Amino acid sequence: MRARGKAAALGPDLDLDSFSRETQSWSCCPVSSLPMDITQRSLDVGIRSDEEGRAATYFQIDHSVIYKNIEKAFEGKVEAMSTKEALKKYDWLRDYWWRLVAVDADKYTALAELRWDQGYFFRVLEGQRVTLPLQSCLFISSDNLNQNVHNIIIAEPKSEVQIITGCVVHPNVHKGLHVGISEFYVKEGAKLTFTMIHNWTQDFDVRPRTAALVEDGATFINNYICLKPVKSLQMYPVAYCKGVESRVRFNSILYGSGHSYLDVGSKVVLQGDGSRGEVVARALATDHAQIYARGFLVGEHRKSKAHLECRGLLLSDTALIKAVPELLGKVVGTELTHEAAVGKIAEEQVQYLMARGFSEADAESLIVRGFMDISVFGLPDNLRNQIGRLVETTTERAL
Amino acid sequence: MQPGSIKKPKISYLNPGKVLRKESMAKTVCALKIDNLSVEVEGKRILTDVDLDVPRGEVHVLFGPNGSGKTSLIMSILGLSAYRVTSGKIWLNGKDITSLPINERVKAGIGVAFQNPPIIRGVKLGDIIRSFVGEGPDAEKKEHGLIETINFPRAFLERDLNLGFSGGELKRSEVLQVLVQEPNFVILDEPDSGVDVENLELTGKVISDFLKERSALLITHLGYILRYVDANLAHVMINGTVVCSGKPLVILSQIMREGYRWCEKCPKVKGERCELGEKPRL
Repeated sequence: MRARGKAAALGPDLDLDSFSRETQSWSCCPVSSLPMDITQRSLDVGIRSDEEGRAATYFQIDHSVIYKNIEKAFEGKVEAMSTKEALKKYDWLRDYWWRLVAVDADKYTALAELRWDQGYFFRVLEGQRVTLPLQSCLFISSDNLNQNVHNIIIAEPKSEVQIITGCVVHPNVHKGLHVGISEFYVKEGAKLTFTMIHNWTQDFDVRPRTAALVEDGATFINNYICLKPVKSLQMYPVAYCKGVESRVRFNSILYGSGHSYLDVGSKVVLQGDGSRGEVVARALATDHAQIYARGFLVGEHRKSKAHLECRGLLLSDTALIKAVPELLGKVVGTELTHEAAVGKIAEEQVQYLMARGFSEADAESLIVRGFMDISVFGLPDNLRNQIGRLVETTTERAL
Repeated sequence: MQPGSIKKPKISYLNPGKVLRKESMAKTVCALKIDNLSVEVEGKRILTDVDLDVPRGEVHVLFGPNGSGKTSLIMSILGLSAYRVTSGKIWLNGKDITSLPINERVKAGIGVAFQNPPIIRGVKLGDIIRSFVGEGPDAEKKEHGLIETINFPRAFLERDLNLGFSGGELKRSEVLQVLVQEPNFVILDEPDSGVDVENLELTGKVISDFLKERSALLITHLGYILRYVDANLAHVMINGTVVCSGKPLVILSQIMREGYRWCEKCPKVKGERCELGEKPRL
């Protein structure tokens, strides 16, 4: 537990003692019976309190699991519960616990181990193609609270599933710390599309620690959206493409406003024959926001290939975007490429759209909304429409 | 005198009313009238004393070697901010558009098919098309009809604007956007370059049909589009100014034979304009 004092390699160092561990205990209840201020906030991150169009739901407020449910049609196909419950239920789960993320990586992983506050366990059983998304919400209702969750997600062989996770705070919360450990296991031939939306607040700190293991013929798509201000957010999820013909894709949309500090990367390690990776990041910074958009591709197998694309759009002279693409080839035959661009809205594009009759303001708005386009996320129609509307609403408000 | 060929306005400071009457007359007959236009980009003169009239209902062609100012003239007509007008006026259907923003010029009736349109990620071609035709069953029907007319794959409507389009697809996309825009004055910047033979015929016929009741200014290098489009008059630009006007096919055949070197032989090039169509010299 020497890691308790170990600062992370990236991002501002935080004084963990400045956050509170005291909060009320929430009793279990249906999500639909939660107060409007909670359900509305949850909806803003894609979590439906009516559970319509969702196969399963997990809802945690502060340190309490208040709800978990699997729709009848999906019973026997998926499992959804807290990780504490899952660890009690399955001895084998210990083999998945802290396997991909090192518990002593830094003070935040140590904190998640020492002060563990639940988290969700989603498992899709072998061969099951779950047609509706699973949803989970990690909600913070108390000001200055520290919430540490540890999530395990397993897509068993030849299964297919979409998961949407929303992390969000109550309107009365101004500061706090969320630490989230997530370990993904995408087994042979499985396909897992994971979409996470964060809505924090200006004085809130966030330290997710995520890793995924992608086996033979499996596909892992990780989508991340951050649309609201945050004091500091630092994360660098990693996916290990261990399997033959394994695939991974990281998509992220970062909207930095106010005094937000966002340090977000994606790392792909190509270890399997024919493994492929792709990292696509869009960063939009306004006001005094600072965004560090990182990407790291590591080629460890001869027949592997990955591409990294980072585009940054600056809307303010006082904002900052730094793109940090890194490629590391360890064997002959791996093919790693990147492209990165940071700049303001291109005048040429604005004038082209004006030549199609749009006003200058409308042209800029269209370009920014296009920049935040989520069509690359590979989402099913209903989720794409819902998340697309969320992004569009936020973008319009910002503009 | 050929229709469309012009004399420079003689501005009488003693009798400004005369000028006004002349301009007023121009308003009634010209879709596009350019008077004595000079333009700079980043302080460098790129157009000098350009005069050009395109009467309503006529299609004019603009020839010229690379770098002669053809595209610059189009960008100046459209009003791109980098193109600073230092003197002269641009009139569209009798309205002085010289100082209008781009979108106001478009509202006034200009529609442009660009030679090298920019890639705009996340903005779909369909976004542009629907901004003109609107939403709903009727709009959708119209949209479908236009796409079929230009033999454009529907899937392209949902693709990022101009991203990964082939040369021919770019041209058809540009023409499609002009079709839905329904401008009364059409500017086509090299609609025939980079288009394969089959699509050239199709695009040419679509453009020809579209221009039947419209006025247009057409830039072409090799003149392929003139197989399908009847043009009334051609102009030649050299070094940022219009030096010659005449019958399109006569000028084109001359360019094909000798390139633009024949302009250098023309005694009028340096001083006055050479009215090739009016007084064939070659």
